[in-house]
Amino acid sequence: MLPGERILSTAAIALPILAETEDSSGSGFHAPGIDEFFPPAIFGSTDLDSWWGFDRIMMVRVIMMVVLLLLLWLGIRRAKLVPGRGQNIIELGVEFVRVQIAEQVLGHERAKPYLAMLTTIFFTVLTMNIAGVIPFLNISGNARVGLPLVLAVWVLVVYLAAGVRKHGVGKYLKAQLFPPGIPWPAYLLITPIEALQVFVLRPATLTIRLLANMMAGHLMLVLCFSATNFLLLEGGGLVKLTSALSFAGGIFITLFEVFVALLQAYIFTLLASIYLNFALEEEH
Amino acid sequence: MEGITGNIATVGYGLATIGPGIGLGIVIGQTQIATARQPEVAGRLFTNMMIGAALIEVLGLLGLVAGLMFT
Repeated sequence: MLPGERILSTAAIALPILAETEDSSGSGFHAPGIDEFFPPAIFGSTDLDSWWGFDRIMMVRVIMMVVLLLLLWLGIRRAKLVPGRGQNIIELGVEFVRVQIAEQVLGHERAKPYLAMLTTIFFTVLTMNIAGVIPFLNISGNARVGLPLVLAVWVLVVYLAAGVRKHGVGKYLKAQLFPPGIPWPAYLLITPIEALQVFVLRPATLTIRLLANMMAGHLMLVLCFSATNFLLLEGGGLVKLTSALSFAGGIFITLFEVFVALLQAYIFTLLASIYLNFALEEEH
Repeated sequence: MEGITGNIATVGYGLATIGPGIGLGIVIGQTQIATARQPEVAGRLFTNMMIGAALIEVLGLLGLVAGLMFT
């Protein structure tokens, strides 16, 4: 796929140095590209566009899902009124989703039916994202379009269903596509835009936001650490010292990725509940 | 070495970050001002800031995805 790409190569601070050493050492620097996200299949079909190849990213997803389920099971297996340490951490997460996200946006009563979905989404996104900085897994389960897309389509279906169940098909579509209080010729513009918003753009942006954040983070990590490796092993003389710089950059980005993992889980859940709120709103 | 070799898509991503950068600056800066004036609604303001920031951020990320895809 897209051979010879050097997509993020100019982002490397040390690129001028790399270009110089490339000629002398001969092995060259491999800039990370989109190939990172399509590793060869471990088993199953090895065709590039096959649906049945089980590769590294799929493996990471399965592992993280098992870990999440195991942790949740261990944490609440013997749930007590006075929680222990494990139960405490899980309750912290569940409470955060309920109080800070769902109830703040949807209100106490309306949030109740959707708490399970929002909590599931929050924990899934968080666990998959965190895999991006765990040694030996090193890639987020959300770094390829499948998982974010499934979650976003889930949100889409749920908020459409919520709106239809509350207002009925006709009333819901009318409220969403024909917002009241504007002169009628404006509907020629507003209605297509709103339709695109409700049916396409909301799930699409949910998907792309999560996907691209995880992709960008992974590419930055690969760039930093492969540059460190290259500079240290193949740089000559003082150039070796610059590897310390790119290594420090890699550490910084690792920490930043932990923050981004949390932030993206928060934003995904927050936007899901906001879209639900749009669907459930009373007409004004 | 003749001129510069590489891909113009990298420049495109740089351009794509300008708009969202300005947008995020405005959103976060105004939230800071509002929080300083009314610290008691800081929580609500932060939530709204995150929503706005998330919407703006997509634009920059579209630049990244486009840079990776259309080259």
